[in-house]
Amino acid sequence: MKRTIIILLRNPLSLLGAVLVAAVVLSAVLADYIAPFPEHRGAVVDFVHFNQGPTARNVMGTDLVGRDLFSRILYAFRISLILGVVVLAIAPPIGTLVGLFAGYLGGRAEFVLMRLTDVFLSIPPLVLAIAMMGVLEPTLMNAMLAVTAMWWPWYARLVYNIARSEREEGYVLAAEVIGASTLHITLREILPNCLPAIITKMTLDMGFVIIIASSLSFLGLGVQPPTPDLGSMVAEGARYLPDSWWLTVFPGLAILIAVFGFNLIGDALREILGADQ
Amino acid sequence: MSAVLRLLSRRLGISLIVLVGVSMLIFGIARVIPGDPARIALGPNATEEQVANLREALHLNDPVVVQYGYFVADLLQGDLGVSLFTNRPVTLDIAQFLPATLELVLFAGVLMVGIGLPLGMWSARYRGRWPDHLIRVVSLLGVSAPSFVWAVILMLLFAFFLPVFPIAGRITDSFEITRVTGFLLVDTLLARNGAAFADVLWHIFLPAFALAVSGIGQAARLTRANMVETYDRPYVEMAQAYGFSARRIAAKYAFKPSLIPSLTIIGLDFAAMLGNAFLVEAVFAWPGLSRYGVAVILRKDLNAIIGTVLIISATFLIVNLIVDLLIAFLNPRIRHSERGAS
Repeated sequence: MKRTIIILLRNPLSLLGAVLVAAVVLSAVLADYIAPFPEHRGAVVDFVHFNQGPTARNVMGTDLVGRDLFSRILYAFRISLILGVVVLAIAPPIGTLVGLFAGYLGGRAEFVLMRLTDVFLSIPPLVLAIAMMGVLEPTLMNAMLAVTAMWWPWYARLVYNIARSEREEGYVLAAEVIGASTLHITLREILPNCLPAIITKMTLDMGFVIIIASSLSFLGLGVQPPTPDLGSMVAEGARYLPDSWWLTVFPGLAILIAVFGFNLIGDALREILGADQ
Repeated sequence: MSAVLRLLSRRLGISLIVLVGVSMLIFGIARVIPGDPARIALGPNATEEQVANLREALHLNDPVVVQYGYFVADLLQGDLGVSLFTNRPVTLDIAQFLPATLELVLFAGVLMVGIGLPLGMWSARYRGRWPDHLIRVVSLLGVSAPSFVWAVILMLLFAFFLPVFPIAGRITDSFEITRVTGFLLVDTLLARNGAAFADVLWHIFLPAFALAVSGIGQAARLTRANMVETYDRPYVEMAQAYGFSARRIAAKYAFKPSLIPSLTIIGLDFAAMLGNAFLVEAVFAWPGLSRYGVAVILRKDLNAIIGTVLIISATFLIVNLIVDLLIAFLNPRIRHSERGAS
């Protein structure tokens, strides 16, 4: 663990990733103290300073009702991070179990589990979440539910493909020959060979969950105003391009920075985990 | 090849089963919608009697299972019902909007494979040197933002600040092209109108590229990762020891085995693009299925919601089928094995 961190901090790119993620996490946690206008996270109107470009007072400009964009972006990070952590705590374990058993057992279990997975995978991810959010009330909880529902099959399919090719390998046959139980073969023999792929996907998925969540709110189907959300901020600003460019560019860059940071770390982790094998 | 044929028929059957599953899932989701669809369709001024009549006509008073039965019976006759929003058959609406979306997504898919795979190969071949580092950072940036952010940024840069590309639309209005397939790239070719074809290409490039950016990054990253893995295999070392050229080793020994996992993910990426088309279409005012889809969801237009999602899913199933077949052709373990073909 300590060695992993040292390797991470030595590589300039993963160091950059660590700095970006730390900045995003800290600004989400400490938003109350950092934000110049904490009250602007809610429904505040300031018709003296509305729709202004970056100034010394508002470093990222103000939105259409005069709220400080920088403050709102800090609070928006909070929503994105909470959503990402919850989805990644639930979706990967479900998908992994489904994929493992379907891939190793084959036959009827494979048919039922993978057709179920296929049903979910056959609805393009964002479309499934859009359809669900169109039906459900647009709240943070329901957004988590919709994103989790579209997320687990990706893990099922990933693990299934590995497990299916691994079951042909000698070590699995050897375990079968000495009479190891199905549970032992799937969880102790095959699962470790799937772990690098799963962990890589999870670290990279933190960014993707943020992307999907912001996409939902971009379409007006996610967290509702006045709660600050990066996606709905871009959507609101897109109607005022190119004159009020700050309305879209800063929230857009905020998404890019957060996701890029997580992806840099994910990348570096994958190399280290791969090298340790 | 008979193993592949058997696989094809099997996969076709499976796709049908999956499509039935999708229809049940979507039907189930749509029936959870709070509020009375008949009331929403008729508006607040309709009388109770009108609402009751429409509920009866839409079978809304029957149990959900019976409603699903009516739905499937209609579906088998190619009838997805009438949209309460446009008052036209849903099939007509979809036929009008789907080609624009498909054209955009397919074009983006070509960009994704055409740019992403070579980038990944190149990156793996120069592993650890500067082209590798550059490509890795760029492709990571590509996957690090949703397509609506790329759409907005590309639009600001190349439509407003440097007005090289148009801001919105599929074609300049002055061209009059007879609609045959709805795919303007095809229709302009059928009309033998080179200027219009170029105009369509000019319009589609920016939105398609915005849609493809993360796919390109994803394809490049996966291809690189898989190739780097195969580069470590003994047979590549063997090929190097024989003195084969770096290009031959890259293409024949490192790229080919790593193509299979890449293809699986590219198939899934295609689905992501079908969804992301919703975002890019919104930014570029692309007259596709997205605006229709969002409009019918906001209006709780059940028939249209079910129809739209079903058609998008069917499209994706077909693409997935093609990807699976490609994998079967490429993977000798499936091509030559009875067990693998299951």
